[in-house]
Amino acid sequence: MAANAVLSPTAKRRPISWGNPLTYALALAVAAVSITPVVYVIVGGFRTTPQIVADPAGLPDPWVWDNYSRVLTQSDFWRQVFNSAVVSLGTTIGVVVLGVCAAFVLARYTFRGREVLYTFFTLGLLFPAGAAILPLYLMLRDLNLINSYYAVILPQVAFALPLTIVILRPFLTAIPRELEDAAAIDGTGRLGFLWRILLPLSRPALVTVGILAFVTSWNAFLLPLLVLGDASLHTLPLGVQNFSSQYTSDTAGILAFTSLAMLPALIFFTFAEKQIVGGLQGAVKG
Amino acid sequence: MTSTNPTLDLAGGASAPPAGPRPARRSSARAAETRRKWYEIIGLTTPAVIVYVMFVLVPMGFAFYYSLFRWRGVGPPTDYVGFDNYVLAFQDPIFIDALRNNAIIVFGSLLIQGPIALGVALLLNRNFRGRTLFRLLAFVPYVLAEVTVGIMWKLLLSDAGTVNAMLESLGLGSLVQAWLADLDIVIWTMLAVLTWKYVGFAIILLLAGLSNVPQELNEAAAIDGASWWQIQRHVTLPLLGPTIRIWMFLSMIGSLQVFDVIWVTSVPAVRSLGASATMATYMVDNGFFARLWGYGNAVAVILFAISFVAAVLFQRFLLRRDIEGAITRRAN
Repeated sequence: MAANAVLSPTAKRRPISWGNPLTYALALAVAAVSITPVVYVIVGGFRTTPQIVADPAGLPDPWVWDNYSRVLTQSDFWRQVFNSAVVSLGTTIGVVVLGVCAAFVLARYTFRGREVLYTFFTLGLLFPAGAAILPLYLMLRDLNLINSYYAVILPQVAFALPLTIVILRPFLTAIPRELEDAAAIDGTGRLGFLWRILLPLSRPALVTVGILAFVTSWNAFLLPLLVLGDASLHTLPLGVQNFSSQYTSDTAGILAFTSLAMLPALIFFTFAEKQIVGGLQGAVKG
Repeated sequence: MTSTNPTLDLAGGASAPPAGPRPARRSSARAAETRRKWYEIIGLTTPAVIVYVMFVLVPMGFAFYYSLFRWRGVGPPTDYVGFDNYVLAFQDPIFIDALRNNAIIVFGSLLIQGPIALGVALLLNRNFRGRTLFRLLAFVPYVLAEVTVGIMWKLLLSDAGTVNAMLESLGLGSLVQAWLADLDIVIWTMLAVLTWKYVGFAIILLLAGLSNVPQELNEAAAIDGASWWQIQRHVTLPLLGPTIRIWMFLSMIGSLQVFDVIWVTSVPAVRSLGASATMATYMVDNGFFARLWGYGNAVAVILFAISFVAAVLFQRFLLRRDIEGAITRRAN
């Protein structure tokens, strides 16, 4: 059950032991395949382009900080970080607010057409965002939203809603009926119950859907590529792509820029790993 | 699990207060209550419904409408051509290549990622010190943005790039390839990059599934003298069935729409020859960048139709029980 999965991700824990050497050998191999290319990119950013051309697989000799400081001071890096942050936060807030309201109704009201409405939302899981991108662009153009943050935020909210509702609904349903009755006896209406009791209790689920929406939005490429032509609005993925096609000969600079672009995601994931993994688990079991 | 919802049965499913000879006060109080309930339902769901309809459903409808015109995107479409755009697409060898490439990616991803992910998940599900760290490292590729992954591999796989240099220095010079430029190889290179990027997703899901396998079952099997391998084969794997099928479903849908990694990693010239094109890159190249809006929208409808049919078939035959609650729940 999704609710249990995220509320108590480690239901049972046996004493941890040192595994056998084979286990470690295999785990190390997996780790190596996963992160060697990433480490290469980060370390490569400390070399100069001539060094890289002379020996693509070598280590920095000497280590140079110039590439990183160049990206951090001269390029549009910070502006793009800011744009990405605005778009991702806007998307996250939109998804969580709209998703909670809809999921609350679907979870705690009984009314004719409820399951139809739920199916209607879950249908969105079958609509690939990629397939709708051309008409979406045309519509945003007609609405005069091209080259604005809204052009990215609104569609991202819309496409994240189905998954959000699928994850949130079981959570909100699982909260005992007795709490709602008690709140009603104390004179709290259903909306007060949502605000004062349900939301605080379902914080883990809210964090999960929020993080999933944030990461998806932070990494998004296709939609921003089409609707954000104005370079001053470019998000980080667009910035990385532009930098690499603009300065093709500056390999060291590209490596540094790419590393810096990876960093937020890596840091974020290290802290939010439980929620991301739990969220995907919840999505599957929802 | 949400089908038995005990909330608010006093309101029942009644949508309107019963008319007729009833005690007036009770009836009007109930009517007020019912009305308030409906105000709340409508007020809370309307914003989500509007955004969802406007940005998810309406565009797909428009895609079909635009696809019936020859249209450069300026002014309203007037040059009605019926289904010509669809015919043109299926006559274009580049689009056929894109279809073939999507098929390679769909089946290649399933056949390669599945066994790898299963093996790694079973490994990382064992109890050993440092397991959390190893899990974290195995997920790294999945968390990175598609664009950064694409640029990274583009540099590593270029002709004078690191991969070739390392092959050279290992004495494997005969394996050196033009990974991104050789028309016969590039799609397999793409498949390899996609595998590297997305196998972590399969591992995450499978580990989640494994955490739901009751420890008691494994212990009982161990007491009966089953080896670790026998336990995995006869106890764990069968219980993982639903998780594996859901991963297959998500992987398939993702592979059909794949865009970012291909777009960033592959060279535009190679893509325009079809060698590394997918339906999505073909659609964006033709519709957005070449301004063939009617044609691009026809490709969008084809892409959607293929994804939809694949999803429905998959559900019909493999998934029915697993996500009944999520997608195919019948209204009750």
